[in-house]
Amino acid sequence: MSFAELRLEGVTRSFAGHDALTELSLTVRRGEFIALLGPSGCGKSTALNCLAGLLPLTRGSIWSDETRLDTVPAEKRGFGMVFQNYALFPHMSVRRNVAFGLQMRRLPRAEVRRRTEEAIRLVRLEEHAGKLPGQLSGGQQQRVAIARAVVLEPALVLMDEPLSNLDAKLRLEMRTEIRRLHQSLGLTTVYVTHDQEEALSLADRLVVLREGRVQQIGTPEELHTRPANWHVADFMGYRNLLRLRAESGGGPEVVVTGQGMRLVGTPVGPVSAGAEVIAGVRPEDLRITGPDESVPATVEVVEYQGREVAVEARTAEGVQFNLRTDQRPALGDRIGIGVDPARLLVFPLTEPAEQSEQSGQSEQSGQSGDGPAPDVVAGSSTDAPVEAAPDSSAETAVDEPAGGGSR
Amino acid sequence: MRATESPPRAGGPTGERPAERRSPGPARVALRHRLAERGIDRQLLLLAPAALFVLVLFVYPFGYGVGLSFQPAEGGPFGAYQEFFSDPYQRDTIWTTLKLSLPAALLNVAASVPIAYRMRGRFRGKRLLTTVLVVPITLGTVLTAQGLLNFLGPTGWFNRILLGVGLADEPVRLTNNYWGVFFSIVITGFPFAFLLVLSYLSGIDPSLERAAATLGAGWWQRFRRITLPLLAPGLATTFCLTFVLAFSVFPSAILVGDPAGTTRVISIAAYEAAYVRYDYPMAATIAVLMGLVELLVIAAVLGWRALLYTGSTAGGKG
Repeated sequence: MSFAELRLEGVTRSFAGHDALTELSLTVRRGEFIALLGPSGCGKSTALNCLAGLLPLTRGSIWSDETRLDTVPAEKRGFGMVFQNYALFPHMSVRRNVAFGLQMRRLPRAEVRRRTEEAIRLVRLEEHAGKLPGQLSGGQQQRVAIARAVVLEPALVLMDEPLSNLDAKLRLEMRTEIRRLHQSLGLTTVYVTHDQEEALSLADRLVVLREGRVQQIGTPEELHTRPANWHVADFMGYRNLLRLRAESGGGPEVVVTGQGMRLVGTPVGPVSAGAEVIAGVRPEDLRITGPDESVPATVEVVEYQGREVAVEARTAEGVQFNLRTDQRPALGDRIGIGVDPARLLVFPLTEPAEQSEQSGQSEQSGQSGDGPAPDVVAGSSTDAPVEAAPDSSAETAVDEPAGGGSR
Repeated sequence: MRATESPPRAGGPTGERPAERRSPGPARVALRHRLAERGIDRQLLLLAPAALFVLVLFVYPFGYGVGLSFQPAEGGPFGAYQEFFSDPYQRDTIWTTLKLSLPAALLNVAASVPIAYRMRGRFRGKRLLTTVLVVPITLGTVLTAQGLLNFLGPTGWFNRILLGVGLADEPVRLTNNYWGVFFSIVITGFPFAFLLVLSYLSGIDPSLERAAATLGAGWWQRFRRITLPLLAPGLATTFCLTFVLAFSVFPSAILVGDPAGTTRVISIAAYEAAYVRYDYPMAATIAVLMGLVELLVIAAVLGWRALLYTGSTAGGKG
């Protein structure tokens, strides 16, 4: 039962009175790759389980074209799911694991056999078809889980952090594999992850969740360059978040001051003069200038990261900057930090407290809602991760050579 | 490793250090390491008290009993065994006991599975329900027997209600016969079976059934194809334990049974031989036979278990 579009309308799920997922509305088109992205506890797995039918909804509905789906039990939805721990049946061989779903459909034996072998070939496990899952490595188990989910040619494939148990190298390989399968089989995929890099590189569209609420829905490029609020920016690798005050307001550019600096940035959302704001910029968008220009700072940490280095610098006022540069500043150097006004995004600070409450977030999610044009598949999506990588240095160190080699 | 080390020792000083200093060191260390790798080290001595305990209180009496069974007053070493099997009054106790203990153990395991299956998750009142199900362990056979007599006896509540409602014309006999003993075994054996099955079930990764559901399996197929095969080895073990408990039934066979007839179980025969006729070799023979029958049943069940998948019940890494 394939669909042209799958609609989630105000899907809400609470546990013991607490909303784990609030008013998720999303339309998934056939053939799309959607990533649900957010830190742990943001409700992304809850959303996936609701979609799979493993969790009943508290409010809202799910529609497959004109068929209501949220009242249909999991075994009748016909969605494939890849679990975080793979959930392979430990007492069945790889072949029987993959054949399980086909047998449940009571297909003729010959067809079960043919499609099973085909799926095993697709994930390149022919030599291991007779083994039990316990005899396979993590990556092989992962591939069995994927084969088992896609062998039914499901209308929708759900993946719950499928790569989180793999080591860094294998994770990159499987990421490519998943994208390849998605394209070659023409699947529709909803993918849950906490790894922004993974989401940016895989998905056609991303849904960023925080505390159970949608923060932004958009293409990888939109999220990468125009985060809707500073929470999304924080999550998308804008590591330098400065709490400043807007001097001017309303125009295409805004002057922000505070903590001994004065910067020019681009407002995102309503920024009025005198308002408290958060100014965000990525480490790779900062550049090193002469020590007396722009913001003066002292180099405190230099991390080698291949072609570039990650530098941690601190201003006289104690504000810490993270930047990436192909120059090689030395420890203790006095540098100036400059930023292009177009790359410094100025977000309104919705609430005076650092951690804004849920009420503040709901307004934001309303504004940033479902607007963005989903048909644009960001052409740069595959290039994005390398740029977006500054977050975790360990990841980047591995990513850099592999990414450079394969692309 | 060791072979490559020894030549310099034999061939004389080749290294910077003199051979006398070097050679004894590695050899001594190596032996201790080799033993330690096999689990033999000084901590092993901590087992000594327990080993002594087992030897004195179990192995010796057991050996003594077996020896005794081969020394009857008459008829050579196998005289007592021949006597036991030639007398139907004695011989039939094996069958009588099996007829009680096998169905009771089977029922206990079978009844535990659905109850434990429903009680895997977390819900309100789980602790209370578990307590209620497990309390019979603490009651003891005699109290259970008394309760059974009061409840199921000819003038018990159960029969009074049956008579009052008019479902029966005369009291249904449920005590002082096969059924009284059967109920007693079930009541005392169920908590063990339930606790064991519950722990085996909790060890099965719940995401496996969820995965099966997304693959189109309904609840029965999920249970039949996923949970039951993973649970079966545990069920076999549980069956063995409850069977052994039931096979050695003694007090309830007398208190709520018919100890001279239909519930003359094998332990009654042993008791009579030892303390009524003072025929110790015969009593020892019966005890040995009890053990043998239990072993046969357990061997059969474990043989079947060996054919099953007995590995991990987790769904994968993580």
